[in-house]
Amino acid sequence: MEKFTEITAIAVPLDRVNVDTDAIIPKQFLKSIQRSGFGPNLFDEWRYLDHGEPGMDNSTRQINPDFVLNQARYANAKILLARDNFGCGSSREHAPWALEDFGIRVIIAPSFADIFYNNCFKNGLLPIVLPEAQVNDLFDFIEANEGGQLTVDLQEQKIHYNKTSELSFELDQFRRHCLLEGLDEIGLTLEHSDDIKAYEEKQKAITPWLF
Amino acid sequence: MAKTLYDKLWDSHVVRENDDGTSLLYIDRQLIHEVTSPQAFEGLRLADRQPWKLSANLATPDHNVPTANREQGIIDPVSKLQVDTLDENCDLFGITEFKMGDIRQGIVHVISPEQGATLPAMTLVCGDSHTSTHGAFGALAFGIGTSEVEHVLATQCLIQKKSKNMRIDVNGKLNSGVTAKDVILAIIGKIGTAGGTGYAIEFAGDAIRSLSMEGRMTLSNMAIEAGARAGMIAVDQTTIDFVKGRAYAPTEAQWLSAVDYWRDFKSDDGAYFDKIISLDASDIQPQVTWGTSPEMTISIDALIPDPEQENDAVKKEGMQAALDYMGLKAGQAINEIPVDVVFIGSCTNSRIEDIRAAAHIAKGKQVAGNIKQALVVPGSGLIKAQAEKEGLDKILLAAGFQWREPGCSMCLAMNADRLEPQERCASTSNRNFEGRQGQGGRTHLVSPAMAAAAAIAGHFTRIDAR
Repeated sequence: MEKFTEITAIAVPLDRVNVDTDAIIPKQFLKSIQRSGFGPNLFDEWRYLDHGEPGMDNSTRQINPDFVLNQARYANAKILLARDNFGCGSSREHAPWALEDFGIRVIIAPSFADIFYNNCFKNGLLPIVLPEAQVNDLFDFIEANEGGQLTVDLQEQKIHYNKTSELSFELDQFRRHCLLEGLDEIGLTLEHSDDIKAYEEKQKAITPWLF
Repeated sequence: MAKTLYDKLWDSHVVRENDDGTSLLYIDRQLIHEVTSPQAFEGLRLADRQPWKLSANLATPDHNVPTANREQGIIDPVSKLQVDTLDENCDLFGITEFKMGDIRQGIVHVISPEQGATLPAMTLVCGDSHTSTHGAFGALAFGIGTSEVEHVLATQCLIQKKSKNMRIDVNGKLNSGVTAKDVILAIIGKIGTAGGTGYAIEFAGDAIRSLSMEGRMTLSNMAIEAGARAGMIAVDQTTIDFVKGRAYAPTEAQWLSAVDYWRDFKSDDGAYFDKIISLDASDIQPQVTWGTSPEMTISIDALIPDPEQENDAVKKEGMQAALDYMGLKAGQAINEIPVDVVFIGSCTNSRIEDIRAAAHIAKGKQVAGNIKQALVVPGSGLIKAQAEKEGLDKILLAAGFQWREPGCSMCLAMNADRLEPQERCASTSNRNFEGRQGQGGRTHLVSPAMAAAAAIAGHFTRIDAR
């Protein structure tokens, strides 16, 4: 997994509550057995006016000019600014895969759905929860300042914007550590193999029908 | 100290506690399907790792499988590749799989309880958000992403942080025609789709106790639609009676000690809940969702709400966008809205009780002329066989329904079963999101009885339960 330390980039504002993972990456693209290549179909039903299917040449499709990701001022955005309950619904990890493949590394919202939030960290994506008033301030800033960038510093857990404005965010320390170091969680867990085996031995006596 | 059901499930599965507040949690059972597993198996291969405990895993293809003309195999080459990949991975690693021709094949969340592979007091995960279903057995069950599927395959554990405890009490007697589906929609309508975020929910109260295991599974299934990864119900005699004698249930020699162990999996008196919500069963009417989020639900006799009455600006905009997408107007009576398609199936409502309820409504009647398609998709091959033994297929076919092979089908339209743009569907599934059942499709979530009644009447209608 790619390490995450600091990023300075344009943020794209997605002003909708309850954005579900079906919207982030529609089901027809879940048939892929790969981990990559989902970026061109991120938000497919909102981004394009025609119906998308796997294997289509997306460069020939009809773009929806009203959708925020298609607006020139947000090209190259690496930060997504969102509303409450972002990533609700299906557990599909294809949603963070699509965001990451598109180039998004940070998502800022007042709240996230649990499974999506968890899936982000496995893919080098940083989801940041901020109070609604601060998210509103960021929406106002990026809408009023074309080309305005945010800097997200994971080490310091700070967001800098508009030259002098600064916000702090909270994060689970284990997740922060894994992101900063780009760690493989399975490897970390396997370091505790003896603990897992000891647990299994203990449980064999208590719940033998599970072994 | 008094513990909640969730506390007990959690505590009995902690392998070790880390300094940072996370725990390594042992997973007793993992269910695997074709959509969220290929990249996990690939990850194992790339790292040259083997599954930690083969017998903990059980697989079946469900999302992509055709529900008609199975003898032709899977026509869509992309779907076929995904199912073939599951078959190859299970064969290669030695994981038990109920393949497409096996009568035990079906929706993961239906087949596991049916086989007794879901047991009380266990932890169970699957790369599917509706894994909350299995909480109906007094188990800790939740959906995970593909990276975690790989993590469980390789280590039999997950690194987790404990959720908060929420209890939702439903007391009193349910009204005639009100099912578990109506109860859970009413709950989501009350607390919202993010109301359970960060919590593990326990459903309690005498109205919940009175539900069958099928009804309890419907309820737990949609805990995720209230934002909670896990929903659960305490173990009681109904749970134990359901499990007894199933293929993967404890053997006779272990049965009594298992039952003895399971009986403790209920919340102690005085256990602490961070949040308690109460509903009066008698207030709950049959539900129909009107919008594009499961919280947008109303009673069958109600009018579609007016966004202008909503004070929160973001919510108001969301309501208006939902009405536009659904092709509806504020103030319309939901029971006058005509339906194009009816779908009875999904991990929420495809069990034998659901099919019986639909057949009961359909018996001796005819699907209305405006209904283009009325599908009944049983949750497993065994449920299909049971329904046929009871003659339910004949009742439904005579009424003009289609009787299909088991799978996820039109719940998420990954196979050939899908809505056309602007088609309106009375669906027993769990998500009314934009495009969920087909691009531009309009989904109304309802109970199996309501779906069948809508098929007969041609529009949503109060169910005549006689």
